[in-house]
Amino acid sequence: MSYGVAKKGSPIAGTIAWIVALLMFFPIAWMVLASFKTEVQAVQSPPLIIFHPTLINYRDIFAEANYLQFAWNSIAISVGATLLSLIIGVPAAFSMAFYPTHRTRGLLLWMLSTKMLPAVGVLVPIYLLCRDAGLLDSKTALIIINMLSNLPIAIWMLYTFFRDLPKDIIEASRIDGANLRQVLVHVLLPLVMPGIASTGLLGIILCWNEAFWSLNLTAHSAAPLTAFIASFSAPQGLFWAKLSAASVLAIAPILIFGWISQKQLVSGLTFGAVK
Amino acid sequence: MRLKAIAAFAAALLSGTCLAHAETITIATVNNSQMVVMQKLSSTWEQKTGNHINWVVLEENVLRQRVTTDIATHGGQFDIVTLGSYEAPLWGKQGWLKPLDGIADYDYKDVFPSVLQSLTEGGKLYALPFYAESSFTYYRKDLFQAAGLTMPSNPTYAQIDQYAAKLTDKSKQQYGICLRGKPGWGENMAFFDTLLNTYGGEWFDKGWNAQLDKKPWNDALTFYVHLLKDYGPPGASSNGFNENQALFSTGHCAMWIDATSGAGLIYDKNSSQVYDKTAFTAAPVDVTPNGSHWFWAWALAVPATSTKEATAKEFIAWATSKDYINLVGEKEGWTTLPPGTRLSTYSNPDYLKAAPFAGAVKTAIETADLDHPTLNPVPYTGIQYVSIPEFESIGTTVGQLVAAALTGQQTVDSALKQAQASVSSTMEQAGYTQ
Repeated sequence: MSYGVAKKGSPIAGTIAWIVALLMFFPIAWMVLASFKTEVQAVQSPPLIIFHPTLINYRDIFAEANYLQFAWNSIAISVGATLLSLIIGVPAAFSMAFYPTHRTRGLLLWMLSTKMLPAVGVLVPIYLLCRDAGLLDSKTALIIINMLSNLPIAIWMLYTFFRDLPKDIIEASRIDGANLRQVLVHVLLPLVMPGIASTGLLGIILCWNEAFWSLNLTAHSAAPLTAFIASFSAPQGLFWAKLSAASVLAIAPILIFGWISQKQLVSGLTFGAVK
Repeated sequence: MRLKAIAAFAAALLSGTCLAHAETITIATVNNSQMVVMQKLSSTWEQKTGNHINWVVLEENVLRQRVTTDIATHGGQFDIVTLGSYEAPLWGKQGWLKPLDGIADYDYKDVFPSVLQSLTEGGKLYALPFYAESSFTYYRKDLFQAAGLTMPSNPTYAQIDQYAAKLTDKSKQQYGICLRGKPGWGENMAFFDTLLNTYGGEWFDKGWNAQLDKKPWNDALTFYVHLLKDYGPPGASSNGFNENQALFSTGHCAMWIDATSGAGLIYDKNSSQVYDKTAFTAAPVDVTPNGSHWFWAWALAVPATSTKEATAKEFIAWATSKDYINLVGEKEGWTTLPPGTRLSTYSNPDYLKAAPFAGAVKTAIETADLDHPTLNPVPYTGIQYVSIPEFESIGTTVGQLVAAALTGQQTVDSALKQAQASVSSTMEQAGYTQ
């Protein structure tokens, strides 16, 4: 019955959804269009919709910067930080969900509160730590910082997935002779795998878009794609078309990745929502 | 055969020795047309010396923050940094930069003395200029001609007001004047400070007391708001150099007062639709010519934390040399030369032929006097900035209040009252006043 109602209202809801989607997609579409214009065409007013596309911006970018190195750094940092946060986050969330104490809730809120600290407030101490550890301009430093920065979100998400599982499942497994590790690995993990996947995907996206630490802790060797985009931003000189092309190249991998994995992401985020 | 083997062995040994001496240096720089060209042509230096360069290119404000953090904490990530005439003396005084006097065979005498002076502190030169700029007035000679107007060689702001009124036709998206409105000490305040100076105002009196509640500030801000509101483009409070360059080069501005370094871009057929319709004249004046046009130099310096000082100096000497300037002219075109640093550039017939704005730029740079920026004597140097470390903060705060007056969020009076209170408090906390 409710499905029928939804179908009846679908033209209006569908139109609104399309308008919202187009509004959200417009800046990206505009950026892609600008990347195929010359600098003069990119700033023309009224804007050019029909024009002869050029690849000159992409050619210049590949000539000026080593795109593949930036992209590889982004991949290594995002995947590395996300894997580490899952390795630490899964057991932490598991213990909090299945063996809570009276301090668990407070602990979870405290972890989340660390996200409220402005990053710039700890810039100098972290910079000095990295300098003394010889980690300036290294992927290791960014992997650790991204991992620490995303760990509260990962634990929160994983905690909600674990909490939705019935507690009896552990007892049943224990009666069958499984130890704690076996319960976690063979029983619980397969059940929360969609949740782990969506946590991982979100972690990768957050790491990919992280700019503050990338710009402040890297120079040449470990700079990811956020630093690549920043290098085409200019206070004097029209580089809007080139900046657009750099942005397209920087977001393309994560956009494709998100497109491919959107099913897993949505199913993970709605995991346990309907019982 | 044996001889050949010995020769090959010797050659290998020699090349090995060369490679052993080759170094990799890291350069932090901004992304603008001149720096992009430097990056492109630096391979010539790399091939010649066997050294290698790692480039770190960042937006100006990000670069400033990034480099400050690195130098202040002795991070040692950079061997060469790009900085401006505001930072060079201040950082040099802090001991953050290595002096660049006495580089063998470097033609210091060919560099504009005023440019060298702007990068010197306590008698030591802390950076070598890559390019320098002042400000002047760009105008559309075709629109002036059609309206029966003649731009004088030294216009006043009263004349600019009249011309802007006559040349504004908002129905055709043609605006009488384009000026910087985006808040920031290097954005709207760069222009506004020159306006304030020529209106007879100053930031501080000789005792470092803030003067923002005085009449020249009120007059200058009232005039600035009037010009942009009545004859400027919509959304002027978001416009910096780039936005105004876009507006001017696509034919939407009749006049534009901004950096002389933009002239090459306006004259470039690839980035401008008005390259053949533009002329240049001096920055306008009001009660005094002092400080009516700004001065800025982008320069290269070696941080005190660099361990590759000799190689870094070698590169800087090359990138700021006469030979480099000629190389740019030959490879990239004569209008794209790094302007405003060397006297020889302005006697180069190829450059003078290609760049009709060269004379106006030279005059503007030569007449910009950093030591006498205002009508009344002041305790500071700098035209569009005050050469104290606190200026970055107070300049940005006041820039936001100037933008608030422009958008109508605040009245001129209330914006200046707030600005005076804020600047006075900062100066008191910093120990300049009691």
